[in-house]
Amino acid sequence: MSSFICQRQSLTFRARSYMAFAFAPQPPIEDWLADLDATLERSRGFFAGHPVVLDLSSARLSPPAAAQLVSELEARNIRVLGIEGVEAIAGEAKLPPLLRGGRGAQDIELPEPAAAAAPGPTLKKSEPASLMIDSPVRSGQSVVFIDGDVTILGSVGSGAEIIAGGSIHIYGTLRGLAMAGAAGNPRARIFCHRFEGELLAIGSHYKTADEIEDSLRRGPTQAWLDGNTLKISAMN
Amino acid sequence: MSEGKSARVLVVTSGKGGVGKTTSTAAMGAALAHLGEKVVVVDFDVGLRNLDLVLGAERRVVFDLINVINGVAKLQQALIRDKRLENLYLLPASQTRDKDALSEEGVAKVIAELRTKFDWIVCDSPAGIERGATLAMRHADAAIIVTNPEVSSVRDSDRIIGLLDSKTERAERGECVDKHLLITRYHPWRAARGEMLSIEDVLEILSIPLLGIIPESEEVLRASNVGSPVTVNAALSAPARAYFDATRRLKGEQIPMQIPNESRGIFNKLFGRKAA
Repeated sequence: MSSFICQRQSLTFRARSYMAFAFAPQPPIEDWLADLDATLERSRGFFAGHPVVLDLSSARLSPPAAAQLVSELEARNIRVLGIEGVEAIAGEAKLPPLLRGGRGAQDIELPEPAAAAAPGPTLKKSEPASLMIDSPVRSGQSVVFIDGDVTILGSVGSGAEIIAGGSIHIYGTLRGLAMAGAAGNPRARIFCHRFEGELLAIGSHYKTADEIEDSLRRGPTQAWLDGNTLKISAMN
Repeated sequence: MSEGKSARVLVVTSGKGGVGKTTSTAAMGAALAHLGEKVVVVDFDVGLRNLDLVLGAERRVVFDLINVINGVAKLQQALIRDKRLENLYLLPASQTRDKDALSEEGVAKVIAELRTKFDWIVCDSPAGIERGATLAMRHADAAIIVTNPEVSSVRDSDRIIGLLDSKTERAERGECVDKHLLITRYHPWRAARGEMLSIEDVLEILSIPLLGIIPESEEVLRASNVGSPVTVNAALSAPARAYFDATRRLKGEQIPMQIPNESRGIFNKLFGRKAA
């Protein structure tokens, strides 16, 4: 009986670490928010549903100002998981918890739509959402574009990944992984000129290279969703 | 010394270990010096230095790169002049420290000072993609990506090329690091039997210009063991000639690329000689 109680008392909690985006606002905060808005304009939905940590080490905000900043971010659909870079925030129970001991990971490159580089003043609204990449995507690189289609003129290396809200078009060889319809579009497809990839996914349906017929390898291939089945076939 | 000329910083890198970065740094550094260039080879493999051994300078190391970065020694005190080639210098790495001892500002300062003294600054990168490797490539104008014709080496090289396009000073200025592919440890007969990736496959995957193909050879190992670059120790051997050709291409000369002979070619030569 007593041993039973003992066991109950030794309940353990496990610590886990996760990757989160770290935002480090620079004063003046209004300008920083404007920059953020410009970034969001180019890649809408990029931070939606992702954990974000607010690093206040360089902003030095008062607790009410920090609370204001958190609500500004929430208004932009960005939910703050925790705050770091300050010793303590007194008296603001509404703020997310303080985090310590964060370790840096590699910088995340936001997808830059080709249109962002061209100073076209009037194109803004009517432009279809697509991202064109005219260089090879190398192993370890990740292209994330939730807004629409991604077109790659070069090859996608083994260990590289392309994640698109819409369809993915690869005019070189796909050796890495491609995930289309990542925002839930079941009509998204993947097309590649030569398939040697590691994984194909549309929405939450995926197939690893092992599950894909060998006869499709090295040929032009497309993948689409037929109901709940991921179909992959040669394009001839 | 070399005023008027513009110094070039070259990083020899690969991602994967054991593919021949240090051997290639020594061989091509010596070849450049032999061709009249003033060269320093810099070992960035702090904690696991090897370049001093391959150059046969290990018994003359007093100060090293970390000492210069920390201000313990002047650059001039740490540079070791090669005994065979008067244009070739070594800046050794520290064996007792680790890569955290490399500071970004310190490396920038040393490279800037080397630029005023040498025509070529050849940085021998450690394996991996961490601090040592990223600092070795940080200031590069050009990169030699050393690759063996096998899948893991090729994928690691692909990763490194991505880093050269994003983490270097040039990339951050919106410029490009010149990238050259050096395929090492190439076995003609194995390639012919399909046991390793073909040159075409490697080029197709990495899509950067080919600088040279170094055949697998005992001469390379022999040279390392006696502490001499293969381009000095066995200058007429097949790997040394391939390194010399690659070095000339690096300098901008047009030299036709030779894929090392297939086995049949070699046998024919041997038989031909025996018959004569």
